Amino acid sequence: MADITLNRLVKTYGRAEVIHGIDLAVADGEFVVFVGPSGCGKSTTLRMIAGLEEVSGGEIRIGGRLVNEVDPRQRNIAMVFQNYAIYPHMTVRQNIAFGLYTSKLGKTEKAAKVEEAARMLDLTALLDRRPAALSGGQRQRVAIGRAMVRDPAAFLFDEPLSNLDAQLRAQMRIEIKALHRRLGTTIAYVTHDQVEAMTMADRIVVMKAGHILQAGAPMEIYDRPADVFTARFIGTPSMNVLPVAGEGAGLAAAGAGAPLLAGVRPQALRVGAPEEEAALSLTGPVTAVEPLGPETLVHFTVAGQGLIATAPPHETPGIGAEVTARAARGQVHLFDPATERATGRA
Amino acid sequence: MATADTPAPRLRFARIRPGRIITWTLLMIGGLLMITPLLFMFSTSLKPASQIYDLRLIPASPTLANYAEVLSDGRFLRWFLNSSFVAITVTAANCFFDSLVGYTLAKFRFRGRQVVFIAILSTLMIPTEMLVIPWYLMSAQFGWLDSYWGIMFPGMMTAFGTFLMKQFFETVPDDFLEAARIDGLNEFTIWWRIAMPLVTPALSALAIFTFLGNWTAFFWPLIVTTSKELYTLPVGLTSFAVEQAIQWEKIMTGAALATLPTLALFLALQRFIVRGVMLAGLKD
Ligand SMILES: Nc1ncnc2c1ncn2[C@@H]1O[C@H](COP(=O)(O)OP(=O)(O)O)[C@@H](O)[C@H]1O
Ligand SMILES: [Mg+2]
Repeated sequence: MADITLNRLVKTYGRAEVIHGIDLAVADGEFVVFVGPSGCGKSTTLRMIAGLEEVSGGEIRIGGRLVNEVDPRQRNIAMVFQNYAIYPHMTVRQNIAFGLYTSKLGKTEKAAKVEEAARMLDLTALLDRRPAALSGGQRQRVAIGRAMVRDPAAFLFDEPLSNLDAQLRAQMRIEIKALHRRLGTTIAYVTHDQVEAMTMADRIVVMKAGHILQAGAPMEIYDRPADVFTARFIGTPSMNVLPVAGEGAGLAAAGAGAPLLAGVRPQALRVGAPEEEAALSLTGPVTAVEPLGPETLVHFTVAGQGLIATAPPHETPGIGAEVTARAARGQVHLFDPATERATGRA
Repeated sequence: MATADTPAPRLRFARIRPGRIITWTLLMIGGLLMITPLLFMFSTSLKPASQIYDLRLIPASPTLANYAEVLSDGRFLRWFLNSSFVAITVTAANCFFDSLVGYTLAKFRFRGRQVVFIAILSTLMIPTEMLVIPWYLMSAQFGWLDSYWGIMFPGMMTAFGTFLMKQFFETVPDDFLEAARIDGLNEFTIWWRIAMPLVTPALSALAIFTFLGNWTAFFWPLIVTTSKELYTLPVGLTSFAVEQAIQWEKIMTGAALATLPTLALFLALQRFIVRGVMLAGLKD
């Protein structure tokens, strides 16, 4: 087990710099999730930690040891890929045992470790099958098994659930999280799915265009996003962000060039909420309603901008009707329109 | 039940379209053209010398005497073994070297990669006939004339095989190799244990082509060998033709026996030429 430290880490491909000097300290045993849109440099960062990509600048330390020039196999890390990458010409047992390729354990100890991993991952009955005869979820479990048997200093996951269907993804999220709790090994996990980030991470690292925008516990990022991008990226549906004018209780929608940007989550913007205690009131015609069961999403427009509010389940307004939705005091995030950085709350 | 079953055969016949019939007919004619010389070869090998110009396909008085004679002739066995040794060695060498170079060209980025690749490809454009003189001069210089190595060296690695293997290795996803790199395999072991098993279809095809090419090679072995003990089968068989009178029945018997190893090889390897092996370890 080990901590991972990134110091001013830079990656360039030819003349293009894709990682712009990022700093991060992952504590021993921590589950860190890198999240961000496609192409923001998550995989590149992870692959540099694994040793599959050369470091162009800065340093990577694993367990305190500088590993910039160390071969992947000497870093004692395990990696699970989006496409599973389990060897098709080997059985499940051989695939998992391959994780022990460099291990100095005896034959029986190795076999015992493979059995143990298979038991934990519910693969025992499949040990003598080949990958072609496995489902996607089973294949990914084999890949995890291969990573697990090594007792690595850290696990690296690159979008391991992206190829699974929604139901299996939800199940595997829980399994991986449980595995982490049991093994206590440091995990660096990459995903573009903010739900995965929220549900699994001890700490979320939000990336955009080769920069780290914010790193923090899931609820901390949800409650106190540092900028508009993070605010909109974390949480579904995305936070409403609109230009406003006014102060304190008197915030009102304003056109472009307004002195402030206000952000309010759809869950905090309630149709028919009481006027007193409201920090922001928005009125406009309804364009769509989406009943979800516990609540209904109400899409409406204010000054030409589409917003989403929530309504109680059985009080659904009709399309075209004027609705007023309000956010209570303390629920409105304020951002500087120029820098898009958070400036406070209203 | 019975009534529900009856329409099925009619449907199946209805599906045979006229286009299919034409295709099948053409293929059948092509197949017949291909197999006729082979049939005559077998047929002639079963005829006594007096009847070989009797062009009936079914021999009037079939005999295995030719086989007995050819097989008991020590020279035939010697040439058969020579050919086997040469073809097997060259095939193994090609499977090894062509794959190694093809893999390197497909999966590593290094300075001069394109230059090397183009240099290899350009040798594909030179016909064997033009190379025979340089090969001969080279063999003479190094004292390789009239030796096994002399027969084999030009074919130990081929541009075609390298090209074929490079194209196949390019279809092997990098994820497999990277996973192996993290699992702690060194680069040679990654090639041997991970990449090679993933290209067995290409490897089998390469093995068949190389074996066939060397098994039937005539021109270069004829030129480079002088002693009869070093003749390969095709060179040896034609020497039947020039001793005294042309002994067609013996040539045909030798040729018929010579097809057996290639048939055996093809049957042994064809099951590896199965597509889709590689993708099984990835997402569907
Ligand atoms: N081998 C490469 N050569 C050039 N550019 C690359 C290479 N790999 C990745 N990139 C670029 O680096 C950026 C980050 O890529 P990546 O780390 O794969 O993003 P993510 O995993 O977040 O989707 C992208 O803009 C991508 O185009
Ligand atoms: Mg990626």
